[in-house]
Amino acid sequence: MAKRIDVSDLNIYYGNFLAVEGVNVSIEPRSITALIGPSGCGKSTFLRSINRMHEVIPGGRVEGKIVMDGQDLYGPDVDPVDVRRQIGMVFQRPNPFPTMSIYENVAAGIRLNAKKMKKSDLDDLVERSLRGANLWIEVKDRLNRPGAGLSGGQQQRLCIARAIAVEPDVLLMDEPASALDPISTLAIEDLMADLKERFTIVIVTHNMQQAARVSEQTGFFNLNGVGQPGRLIEFNPTEKIFSNPDEKATEDYISGRFG
Amino acid sequence: MSQISTASVATGGSAPSGPRRSERTGRLPNWALWACFAGAAVVVGALWPVFDLNIALFVLYTVVLGTLAVYLLTRTTEGSRRATDRLVTCLVVSAFGLAMVPLVSLVWEVVSRGAARLDGEFFSSSLVGIVGEGGGAYHAIMGTLIITALTTLISVPIGLMTAIFLVEYARGRLKRAITFMVDVMTGIPSIVAGLFAYALFAIFLGPGIRLGIMGAIALSVLMIPVVVRSAEEVLKLVPNELREASYALGVPKWRTIVKVVIPTAIAGLGTGVTLAIARVVGETAPLLITLGITNATNVNAFDSRMATLPVYAYYQLTQPGVPPQFATDRAWTAALVLIILVMGLNVVARFISRFFAPKSGR
Ligand SMILES: Nc1ncnc2c1ncn2[C@@H]1O[C@H](COP(=O)(O)OP(=O)(O)O)[C@@H](O)[C@H]1O
Ligand SMILES: [Mg+2]
Repeated sequence: MAKRIDVSDLNIYYGNFLAVEGVNVSIEPRSITALIGPSGCGKSTFLRSINRMHEVIPGGRVEGKIVMDGQDLYGPDVDPVDVRRQIGMVFQRPNPFPTMSIYENVAAGIRLNAKKMKKSDLDDLVERSLRGANLWIEVKDRLNRPGAGLSGGQQQRLCIARAIAVEPDVLLMDEPASALDPISTLAIEDLMADLKERFTIVIVTHNMQQAARVSEQTGFFNLNGVGQPGRLIEFNPTEKIFSNPDEKATEDYISGRFG
Repeated sequence: MSQISTASVATGGSAPSGPRRSERTGRLPNWALWACFAGAAVVVGALWPVFDLNIALFVLYTVVLGTLAVYLLTRTTEGSRRATDRLVTCLVVSAFGLAMVPLVSLVWEVVSRGAARLDGEFFSSSLVGIVGEGGGAYHAIMGTLIITALTTLISVPIGLMTAIFLVEYARGRLKRAITFMVDVMTGIPSIVAGLFAYALFAIFLGPGIRLGIMGAIALSVLMIPVVVRSAEEVLKLVPNELREASYALGVPKWRTIVKVVIPTAIAGLGTGVTLAIARVVGETAPLLITLGITNATNVNAFDSRMATLPVYAYYQLTQPGVPPQFATDRAWTAALVLIILVMGLNVVARFISRFFAPKSGR
């Protein structure tokens, strides 16, 4: 279940380009941590390094340490595939598998990994995950229809159901609501409030109201200029960040003076 | 030629509201355009005896004159923008017509000459003991089917795996080297592929050897690069987001390829393979060298000569015997069957791409 993550002296590279530099942060279990900051400052890059998705990109590599409940995620004998089973991810654009039905999409984590499971257990898991993602009522009569036939907001909740169906410890969300309308956004935010009972959630968002609404902790990323590495400028309880931040840059960003 | 009228209707809707320089507001009825071409035909027809034209020149002059008339008429009544629009429409339609001439005349010729022998006997008997009338191409049809199936069996796994390697795994130098080799292979003349297979087998089995499998290998040399190329293009179209979604669920890369990438691309892969088959099914030169020809039915690709449709057509035409009429007829029918086969494969390809395409379900 929900686990804590400690990041120390993390540098993240694309080939020779240092994209994110010197991140030190502790992410609390059973809470929502929001990451904010201007475009291109490395929020997505940092998020993807937590579940070792960063190294999927050619030339992508990481220096430093990420420890999850005592387990070094970048340890020499750690399989990135195992890390990704423990740390789920939801992407900016909803990406259900187009060849699969709604049911199959939710069961994808089990089926694609060829895990054996009784049909009735799998049915239960699919229902539980869809309920967990607040989608069950809308789709329970058309589980065998293609997942691509849902609306954008429903597709994103389907992707969340797919992610929580493998029962990870941590859920990473990269701007999960930025492609959605306000009502779907609200649905996703409500859902996050439910999910944090069971998961450690890290969310990247462009929307500061959203960060203020949903999160307990907020990290502010910034960069000094184009070509410079992004840095975690400030990490504090959300209330403090939005009322009385330690850093001048944070205040400027939040009050809309730049970014 | 209905494109002319639809194009003018389509552009008519977006006519500019404000008056422009040299833009006239008149509107030509559709029949006026046809009248231009009819008038051109009458004029050219009247000149036929004078200039001693033939049918091709008649059509050519009519199209040129008609286009000119349409252009001038539109320019004086509807303005220069519409005139240019009509001119380009006429040019595009003429170019299309020109491109259709060889295709239509080829199909017409083959159908009209091949239909005579398109009978039951052609599909049920071989040429054993046939001198003159009758006989068929059962042995050649079976040969073509067997050789093509073998070729597909060899080429598709190799081609698909190469494409998967290129798209999903290969990087940098190695990738460029393989891509270059595939490009070179695409350009190999088919006769060279035949000689390659012949030389390869001659090393082991001595000169003068003829086997079905040799032909299949020669054709594979031609088919593999086509499969690689089309599969590569299709696999590249699979959005990276789907691979990442799968990785993020803790699915290993090879499983992601087998269970997500290939199913998503299956329609395009099937279409590509089918078109690649269509590409090699009519190859003649390599089969001439590697299979030779025979009058009897041989369905064992590992034993002696085999007949195939293209080679059959070639020999029926070049060595018809006396009188030549019957063999020549059989050659045309063989060509017709080959065309039907290729067209059938194209239809199958379309069917595959429609049937397997991801459904949106809306
Ligand atoms: N695939 C990539 N290859 C190379 N550089 C990249 C790649 N993705 C992002 N970057 C670079 O890394 C930096 C951080 O990008 P990103 O993490 O996407 O920012 P954010 O999500 O905060 O908008 C940017 O300078 C960007 O150009
Ligand atoms: Mg981003």
